[in-house]
Amino acid sequence: MEIPYTVEAHPETGLNNGKIGIWLFLTSEVMLFGALFATFIMLRIGSDGNWAAMQAEAELNIPLATLNTAVLIASSLTMVMAWASLMRGQLGRFKLFGWATVGCGGIFLVIKYFEYTAKFEHHHYPESNTFLAIYFAMTGLHALHVIGGMAWNAYFTGPGSKLFHTNRQWLTDRVEHSGLFWHFVDLVWIFLFPVFYLL
Amino acid sequence: MSEHVDIDKQVRIYFLVFGALMVGTAATVGAYYLEVSVPVALTIGLFIASVKASLVACFFMHLIDEKKIIYWTLALTVAFFIALMALPLLTSVADQVGEFAEVEAHEPH
Repeated sequence: MEIPYTVEAHPETGLNNGKIGIWLFLTSEVMLFGALFATFIMLRIGSDGNWAAMQAEAELNIPLATLNTAVLIASSLTMVMAWASLMRGQLGRFKLFGWATVGCGGIFLVIKYFEYTAKFEHHHYPESNTFLAIYFAMTGLHALHVIGGMAWNAYFTGPGSKLFHTNRQWLTDRVEHSGLFWHFVDLVWIFLFPVFYLL
Repeated sequence: MSEHVDIDKQVRIYFLVFGALMVGTAATVGAYYLEVSVPVALTIGLFIASVKASLVACFFMHLIDEKKIIYWTLALTVAFFIALMALPLLTSVADQVGEFAEVEAHEPH
């Protein structure tokens, strides 16, 4: 049985099913991270003025986090360039930018690994204080999203790219949808970075 | 994203947005080293983050040229998100009102 509206637009929505599906998924993600940001606000308000002391005790590495921000922004650029390459019908360039996106995700995780291990070496764990608890919860969940996005992009750049020869538009749409997820992950980090490291 | 796009123009915009995001990141870090009060620092930091997030959403996620159904879906999400963010603030206000009422009740008239 053929699944309808995978490439052509649904007459009711004007969009293919994949586009609707990914946006609905992203709205649920907004609420997931929204709940955690609301938790963050509650913890900060309820910390009786101890927040700055807990934040200082955590000794977060601002230069490394700034580098990670730049890496994620660069990965968003390579992601849209991968999609633009498919729009131009350039499979080779699509693969180049696709793997660059996956590579940037890998660099982000390696830097995060160094950040986390530095915390553990100083015996800073989620149970150490409220700040570290919400820090590890939110940045950890974000890192899981980065891993998910890398797996998704690696599939379309690798084995999934065979679709280019049989249904190029479908592959282009799929890459646009995976890009929407990837940009959302970047967008979440844009708020996590100042909230935890700078404010 | 609409079906008919000038991809060369799009790519130029992507690079401009990338530059703006990098400048925004530098500005966020720069603002950290300004000696300002916490509320001012919070305002500056969250304002820059919101501008950066808008750039990502509008241009990288193509929201600037999207179908109405996506806008309506996101408008609903934003409404629920604002309600979610307001909850902790309302809780805080309710606590303060409760404390005030308690003090009032114990004061001799």
